[in-house]
Amino acid sequence: MATRKPFRWHVGVFLAPALLVYSAIMILPLIGTLNLSLFNLEQGQRVFVGLRNFATLFGDPRWSDAFWNALGNNAWFFLVHMLVQNPIGILLAALLSSPRLRMAAFYRTAIFIPTILSFVVVGFVWKLILSPIWGIAPGMLDAVGLKSLFAPWLGREGTALTTLALISVWQFVGIPMMLIYAALLSIPDEVIEAAEMDGVTGWSQFWKIKLPLILPSIGIISILTFVGNFNAFDLIYVSQGALAGPNFSTDILGTFLYRTFFGFQLQLGDPHMGATIATAMFGIILMGVCIYLFTIQTRLRRYQF
Amino acid sequence: MGLLASTVLAGAAAAQDVTLTIESWRNDDLLIWQQQIIPAFEAAHPGIKLRFAPTAPAEYNAVLNSKLDAGSAGDLITCRPFDASLELFNKGHLADLTDLDSMANFSDVAKSAWQTDDGASTFCVPMASVIHGFIYNKTAFEELGLTPPATNDEFYALLDAIKEDGSYIPMALGTADQWEAATMGYQNIGPTYWRGEEGRRALIAGEASLTDEEWVEPFRQLARWRDYLGDGFEAQTYPDSQNLFTLGRAAIYPAGSWEIGVFTPQIAGDFEMGAFPPPVAASGDTCYISDHTDIALGLNAASPNADAARTFLEWVGSAEFATLYANALPGFFSLNSSPVEMQDPLAQEFVSWRETCEPTIRSTYQILSRGTPNLENETWNASANVINGAETPEDAAARLQQGLASWFEPQQN
Repeated sequence: MATRKPFRWHVGVFLAPALLVYSAIMILPLIGTLNLSLFNLEQGQRVFVGLRNFATLFGDPRWSDAFWNALGNNAWFFLVHMLVQNPIGILLAALLSSPRLRMAAFYRTAIFIPTILSFVVVGFVWKLILSPIWGIAPGMLDAVGLKSLFAPWLGREGTALTTLALISVWQFVGIPMMLIYAALLSIPDEVIEAAEMDGVTGWSQFWKIKLPLILPSIGIISILTFVGNFNAFDLIYVSQGALAGPNFSTDILGTFLYRTFFGFQLQLGDPHMGATIATAMFGIILMGVCIYLFTIQTRLRRYQF
Repeated sequence: MGLLASTVLAGAAAAQDVTLTIESWRNDDLLIWQQQIIPAFEAAHPGIKLRFAPTAPAEYNAVLNSKLDAGSAGDLITCRPFDASLELFNKGHLADLTDLDSMANFSDVAKSAWQTDDGASTFCVPMASVIHGFIYNKTAFEELGLTPPATNDEFYALLDAIKEDGSYIPMALGTADQWEAATMGYQNIGPTYWRGEEGRRALIAGEASLTDEEWVEPFRQLARWRDYLGDGFEAQTYPDSQNLFTLGRAAIYPAGSWEIGVFTPQIAGDFEMGAFPPPVAASGDTCYISDHTDIALGLNAASPNADAARTFLEWVGSAEFATLYANALPGFFSLNSSPVEMQDPLAQEFVSWRETCEPTIRSTYQILSRGTPNLENETWNASANVINGAETPEDAAARLQQGLASWFEPQQN
């Protein structure tokens, strides 16, 4: 006769506070937003319209052009982070963990500091640096005879988004650096020593021994970058305004949502279409995270020491 | 005991004081309200205290709408003209002020920006209008031997001459903020081409279209301006343009009259300023100016202090307030019927155009920005694109017309 295990009440009791707080401030508003996207105003009355808001968002050329433009820009914003921010972060971490580097603590702090700055400060400072009128960028390029390379980058359709993405990279490169640095430090000395015994040193040691061991961290960083970038808003809003100029070339999902939800200048806010965009953003991020969890995360090998 | 009694009495007196909070987008005017307007009112009306609580202009509408919906907005609401405020009134957020005694001090034109379409209800007390034109650096003009232009040809000859000389940027205008291009550019010179009210009303009636010659030509003019703007104007913001002019680096500034109050203290006598109205095609043609009813004050329908707020609004509609406001903020011209003495010579110059030119309001503000896409916001984008060369004037006009016709019935035939 197997005796049934007594129900462990204390588990529920300990989970309850976190669950309640999380539900009240995260889950309920999320459901509220999803719900809002199923309603719209008709003759001043709030009525249930089912998925008609989504049909407008994807079917009406005006809405769908703006949406695809924002999504495309957002994808480019993310790609720049993946191609520039994360490789540089890994490189910096590899350099920092080198035992021969002097003043490592100083570099680590200096590179991490921009991360704790406010978006408002970062946006404003870079706007000033790059300003064609008062900025120091034209002067510095002039000093090395490259004045002809300068352009009002933030004001040109072709360059504005990439410039902003690189500013964001400058601000946040400290995060992948710190995470990878921590992962590199946690590699046991025995593994490194064994590699050295086998004659694997320097860069080949990094590629063959360290990189496979930090892959799970790189995976986490990628997903953090993805979620962060697709929720981004502040930097664009601070430096280009809610209209995400020039000619919407820097419009990402966050600024598109803001403009729609709260309105802008003479355009009044539309909470229902705003919630529809928010729901679409939620879906995109959910899909991205699921693809990562089910296809990449499960294939990553973990090593136990 | 005496101390206790006095504390209780002071407490009772304080309890009778009503504090009214004013929502506004004019954060530039904070000091003027705190130091001049509020003390003047409080001295005459003991028991009513005022608090001026402005929000940044670009966020004002969004913040105000959220506050009104949540029931946390102030007692008095600074009203944007036309549809933005009309929408608030229709939603029941603004109280009907038609029966206010001081409404008699305003002409129908002045009130039109804050009335229902049939004119039956007025819901904000008109405060001021702003006039567009060009402010120029008089000292620089004298140095180069130039005079303000009257015709369009003279205007471009003048710009060429300043560019030729090279010591000044001919015109301070940037496209980064977009609204500068639309408001200081398009709405400034446009009325000359669409003949002010005549063109604006024809557009609302559906008799004219944005692709007509008189609506495309202002965009062609803006495209010509490109050659006279400073290096990197694509990334030049509104404050950049203001600073280029006040630091004496640019000769001409396409302006709204509200800049007078901003520029005068910044320039601090370093050079003299002058102003000229938008140039006309041929000498002797009628000139048109944008004399835009811009700012008014309304009452939050949910305010618990409605009586005190009405007392204040009666005062805002009085000649006393008009004189105080117009002189504290040169460039905001009173809409009050009683004549107002202004001290500032530049403000006098601007207001003198009312005698010689035909006034109109900004073309996109009444009725035409009710739908989605919003014509005003689209005009910002189109004006900036045309100056940047990203879109031809004809394409921009066609796009605006298509957007307007997509929801505005009179334009759908």
